[in-house]
Amino acid sequence: MNDMDDALVIGGEKFSSRLIMGTGGAPSLDVLDRALEASGTELTTVAMRRLDPAVQGSVLDVLRRRGIKVLPNTAGCFTAGEAVLTARLAREALETNWVKLEVIADERTLLPDPIETFDAAERLVADGFVVLPYIGDDPALARRLEQAGCAAVMPLGAPIGSGLGIRNPHSIELIVEAASVPVILDAGLGTASDAALAMELGCDAVLLATAVTRAQRPELMASAMRSAVEAGRMARLAGRIPRRRYAEASSPSLPRFA
Amino acid sequence: MKVTINGDAGELPDGSTVAQAVRMLTAMTSGVAVAVNDVVVSKGAWESTSLSENDRVEVLTAVQGG
Repeated sequence: MNDMDDALVIGGEKFSSRLIMGTGGAPSLDVLDRALEASGTELTTVAMRRLDPAVQGSVLDVLRRRGIKVLPNTAGCFTAGEAVLTARLAREALETNWVKLEVIADERTLLPDPIETFDAAERLVADGFVVLPYIGDDPALARRLEQAGCAAVMPLGAPIGSGLGIRNPHSIELIVEAASVPVILDAGLGTASDAALAMELGCDAVLLATAVTRAQRPELMASAMRSAVEAGRMARLAGRIPRRRYAEASSPSLPRFA
Repeated sequence: MKVTINGDAGELPDGSTVAQAVRMLTAMTSGVAVAVNDVVVSKGAWESTSLSENDRVEVLTAVQGG
């Protein structure tokens, strides 16, 4: 069940893992390395920052060694212009035209700015990027971004790093119902059941970082997330029973002593 | 001439190239990208692109994030 028979396809590229990892928040590259291995991820985000000559070791070395595809993000950008420039720099530095588009509205909530995000998405699609935009749980915006040519949509479950889980499962279901590109639940997940719920709601993948990197035992939480994503995906494909108000006997209804 | 490299004011000989500015920070060329005044300068053009007085040079790389 965890093979290419049920591959995740983004921008024409196939992945057998539906768990996309972020790399933020890990206490060391060594901890990150072991967590990434335990997660089984094949696609992982990095941020772009000014080069600091004092820093030893690179997150890129870790990803290369593990054969994990790198997904640069535009974290820290507040305008479409900043995000487009950051994506172009990432394309140049990392030799990938994939980008997780992230344009933040303010420092306090870190919620995505829908206007700037849409503007940047249009410009990046026109420039040949495979664009994966991070958005609020807004079905209308998700549809517009798909129409604009984005390769996936990435609605949040809750604010970045909050660990609050999926605050509005109904909106996530509406996004899933209407989308014909992959829906990737991004941000806010706290523990394994949150990831399983995302998949049960019909999301095609989840992206998480903090829930693993800041867990007391990151490697173990990465394993838990991997299992949860697989379990949730299988449950979605299996088709859950309808919810009922009252009991329904699962044993035969004839009297025991007829 | 005065240029700004990653936010810090610096002094470079007149006619210095983007490649020379990058080498002030790092010997690495892979995993690194450069913008001058918010326009990306591709790696193949670093040696042939001269800087001008007051140019803003940004040298970026990938870090943990997201």
